[in-house]
Amino acid sequence: MATKASRSAARLMMAPAVVLLLGWMLVPLIMTLWFSFRTYLPLRGGDQGWTGFDNYVRFVTSSAFWPAVQTTLVIVLGVLIITVCLGILLAILLDQPMWGQGVVRILVIAPFFVMPTVSALVWKNMFMDPVNGLFAHLWRFFGAEPVSWLSDAATPSIIMIVSWQWLPFATLILLTAIQSLDSEQLEAAEMDGAPHLKRFWYIILPHLSRAITIVILIQTIFLLAIFAEIFVTTGGAFGTRTLSYLIFQRVLESQNVGLGSAGGVYAIILANIVAIFLMRIVGKNLDN
Amino acid sequence: MARAVTSQRKLINTGLAWAIGLLIFFPILWTILTSFKTEAQAIASPPIFLGFDWTLENYGVVMERSNYARFLWNSILIAGGSTILGLIVAVPAAWSMAFVPSRRTKDILLWMLSTKMLPAVGVLYPIYLLFIQLGLLDSRAGLIIVMMLINLPIIVWMLYTYFREIPVEILEAARMDGATLKEEVLYILTPMAIPGIASTMLLNFILAWNEAFWTLNLTAVNAAPLTAFIASYSSPEGLFFAKLSAASTMAIAPILILGWFSQKQLVRGLTFGAVK
Repeated sequence: MATKASRSAARLMMAPAVVLLLGWMLVPLIMTLWFSFRTYLPLRGGDQGWTGFDNYVRFVTSSAFWPAVQTTLVIVLGVLIITVCLGILLAILLDQPMWGQGVVRILVIAPFFVMPTVSALVWKNMFMDPVNGLFAHLWRFFGAEPVSWLSDAATPSIIMIVSWQWLPFATLILLTAIQSLDSEQLEAAEMDGAPHLKRFWYIILPHLSRAITIVILIQTIFLLAIFAEIFVTTGGAFGTRTLSYLIFQRVLESQNVGLGSAGGVYAIILANIVAIFLMRIVGKNLDN
Repeated sequence: MARAVTSQRKLINTGLAWAIGLLIFFPILWTILTSFKTEAQAIASPPIFLGFDWTLENYGVVMERSNYARFLWNSILIAGGSTILGLIVAVPAAWSMAFVPSRRTKDILLWMLSTKMLPAVGVLYPIYLLFIQLGLLDSRAGLIIVMMLINLPIIVWMLYTYFREIPVEILEAARMDGATLKEEVLYILTPMAIPGIASTMLLNFILAWNEAFWTLNLTAVNAAPLTAFIASYSSPEGLFFAKLSAASTMAIAPILILGWFSQKQLVRGLTFGAVK
């Protein structure tokens, strides 16, 4: 049906989006690559020339690197485990018949719409403050010593804040997936006398596997890049410096652009490894 | 056969779901409540839930001292501007991919998606440098462009999935009836495309409103939106819980309301059509 003329018109209509995104991708990427091979200290002498792979070696051998990798892994895995497990349970619960389902859905989804700087600050002050926070009140009520959450248990605290933000996302997607489950299959299993746990394990979980994979992949990409939550709570102190926060500090705080860019290249490679898996699933879906 | 649900079970489900829902919503509720307290009541021990003297004083203080209106205006301009600009670029692209697909359409879509995966921190300095060189640092125009670019893949994808649902048969039938191209676009395609475009707009407005990497790193005073306005409260100064709450409530209220309308689109927009 498509004529030659309509094909070239289509190409013309696509051109602005393609050109813009190509520029957005290539220009900064090439600059980052270029800086990563140079000694570049904007405030201390500027661009001091070619250094080969020096920055790449220095970035991974610096004493801050491995702790940052560890923190990143702990935060990403912690949030993934919490949000996926609770998300599955919550999605199953919300799928049950009940009164006021719509309102409950709204309550559960709300945290997703709170901007990251707000949720981080609200948790930091109103809940985790060791003197006036709600947790401190609660601890004192039970006769316990209030905890300085963001200095004594900084990483778990951040995991908790970020999990609160991402639980709605996991729940919503898993709920959408559950609702597409063929209820006849479940009823048949129920009539055959399959217990709840078995029904969950053999019917619901396999049905959700694709949605779970997608939740994990998308969240991983966003979680690797969390910034505001750390920026306004600990500023990377108390062992909460993730890989992307370390790169941010190298580039903007210590103004070592060469070193930070080398770190940036590592981060880009890491994100792409995750992205490949996501694209494969999304691509398969496009064929149908 | 409908599954027999005893009302007892329904009651338990309801109770449990409401309890969990309220627990998850609680931090937001607490923030809203605290914004109406005086500073002394905000930190009272034991905490007061509802029996306090409701006051609007904090809102007044926040508006006065930090020029809330300017931050709000910046947020609206940046989120709104980037969404509209994104749509102008994305509608033709998504349109042509949905209605005149070629062998490369799938590759182009996936490649667009891959640009969304680029970690911001990896390209922070180049963008920062370009912004300085072009005089865009701390300007609304600069942020509008960046927000448009980071959300463009999502806009194209969402529109593409919506457009693909428009049945081509209707177009063919209209052509048979002798509709001109103009009539076709105006009376058939546009009405069918508008709901999809509206949902795309809504979700992208929300995403741009809440974005907190570029808005924090590329603005200082003039172009700073609400994300930066709130971040300025990160160093406490005396009693400030009630003011923080008032500021937070003002920053999230508009988007909470919009967000409630966009639940369904959220899934489509954020999973790139992979979960329906």
